[in-house]
Amino acid sequence: MTEEVAEATLVAARRRRRWSATRWRDARDGYIFILPWLLGFFIWTAGPMVASISIAFTDWRIVTAPHFVGFANFVALFQDPRIRTSLFNTTVYVVLGVPTHIFFALLAALLLNLKLRGIGIYRTLFYLPYITPLVANSLLWLWIFNTNFGLANWLLTLFHLPAVYWLQDPRIVKESLVIMSWWTIGGQMVILLAGLQGVPRHLYDAASIDGATRWSRFWNVTFPMLTPSLFFNLTLALIGAFQVFVQSYVITNGGPEDSSLFYVLYLYRVAFQNFDMGYASAMAWLLFLVVLVITLVQFRFANRWVFYEAELKR
Amino acid sequence: MAEAPLELRVRALPVSRGGGHAPVMGVGAAYLVLTLGGIVLALPFLWLLSTSLKLEGTEFTFPPQWLPSPIAWGNYPAALQTVPYLSYARNTIIITVAATVGALVTASMSAFAFARVRFPGRSVLFLMLISTLMLPDAVTLVPKYILFSKLHWINTYLPLTVPAWFGGGAFNVFLLRQFFMTIPYDLDEAARMDGAGNWRVYWSLLLPLSKPALTAVAIFSVIYNWNDFLNPLIYLNQQQYFTLALGLQFFQSEYSTQWTLMMAASVMMIAPIIVLFFLAQRFFIEGIQLTGIAGR
Repeated sequence: MTEEVAEATLVAARRRRRWSATRWRDARDGYIFILPWLLGFFIWTAGPMVASISIAFTDWRIVTAPHFVGFANFVALFQDPRIRTSLFNTTVYVVLGVPTHIFFALLAALLLNLKLRGIGIYRTLFYLPYITPLVANSLLWLWIFNTNFGLANWLLTLFHLPAVYWLQDPRIVKESLVIMSWWTIGGQMVILLAGLQGVPRHLYDAASIDGATRWSRFWNVTFPMLTPSLFFNLTLALIGAFQVFVQSYVITNGGPEDSSLFYVLYLYRVAFQNFDMGYASAMAWLLFLVVLVITLVQFRFANRWVFYEAELKR
Repeated sequence: MAEAPLELRVRALPVSRGGGHAPVMGVGAAYLVLTLGGIVLALPFLWLLSTSLKLEGTEFTFPPQWLPSPIAWGNYPAALQTVPYLSYARNTIIITVAATVGALVTASMSAFAFARVRFPGRSVLFLMLISTLMLPDAVTLVPKYILFSKLHWINTYLPLTVPAWFGGGAFNVFLLRQFFMTIPYDLDEAARMDGAGNWRVYWSLLLPLSKPALTAVAIFSVIYNWNDFLNPLIYLNQQQYFTLALGLQFFQSEYSTQWTLMMAASVMMIAPIIVLFFLAQRFFIEGIQLTGIAGR
């Protein structure tokens, strides 16, 4: 009897020891695996971030020595009407751009996942705008949106619709830039395509045995398996859209009447045209906080709709 | 009512091919939609190509002329004379290869740890990783430049390649981690049962299963480094180190821009990327490997 108890204790102790040995090995391996990233994080992100937040509390203008000004830059943010305007413009761009971008990318990925002859050529065609140099792309869109000679208004006349001032009308210019962004779905499309290719075929086979229709196969098999890729795209698209810059810089330069003045374009002007590094750094940190809060909310709700096969196993 | 044996029922089903499911529409309709979409999406590139073959002075006629006449093939040799294309291409290849290999190795390592290894502080560190994505580039631009100039790395390829070997970018880590999460734990556990440690699981199991995601990371990294303008502009000031993207600026002068030559150079610059994408997209198909392993 006592022998049995002793044996049981010994086994339990051995099991505990073995468990903690695995645990210890995992802890060590985990840190070895992430070591390159961790070092890089401190050298190229955390360090510069600390530098940047220090600058936000100064009046540094590059040519003059920085003075500590306390929260003056942050207080000024809330009194600056252009901050409000640019935040509003950026929000409109995000709300209109992100969902439509993801929808078209998903549509394109589903089409390009079809097993058809010559599909590689189509994949390359769909990807082309994503790799076309920006200068060429922007000039093309200036021409497409040209009020008198542009392709966009030519299409409208075919349907007997009145001409639209795509880039001159303050009420429309943001929508025009959203439309232009649809041409760069290539990046998201590739991620979704990789995700689609990773859907195990046995799930489709099982669904077929159950007599599932194509729609229900998409909704019950493809979509859940694709949610990690969709979550990735949504996160990145939100972060990217809040930092929209190049289109408004090259094509509209924020106009007309600041109606396409996006936040990062304003930040760029403050930093590299007014050289007000202190205010620009404070602006960068405000943007960072806004995006951080939105992303945290998104992560909070992720477990409601993002499906990881691995979760089932643990 | 007796049901038919399972085997028969399965055999009666249409065989699902490849990674995709059966077309949602007829094959003809699919081709029609693909062709229309392809033409619409390719318009910017077609315009680039068309302008690169136009005589100087005819590039902005209205209504736009899609087919240049006559075709000015001479723009291409002329562009090559303006820019030392081959030596800039060599510089660009060196940077792109070094940065891409670094990103593949170190991003996949971090992604593996975040997806599969339990270690203290994992969630916090992962949140830190994600939060770096939210940081506007403008925040770190100036401090980074000061750091690299203190290290005497200006006019070397080090600022453009070394950071890739330190984690390969949060974007790539996140992408690979998401992909690893879709690979069933069964496979890990079977391998660990056979005595495999973390390194074996990473190297012999997850990496071979993740070819589609690794290909995607490689493509993103190659395109980013190949087309990057801002970083080479900041860190490379001597012409012998220039990349192709920097070379494009030679067609812009204070007074005018040689659009046709610039577009010809652009075509030559992105042609290798297009070929690479066309070849690499086949590897996405290999995602099918996920099936048929460990009794799945």
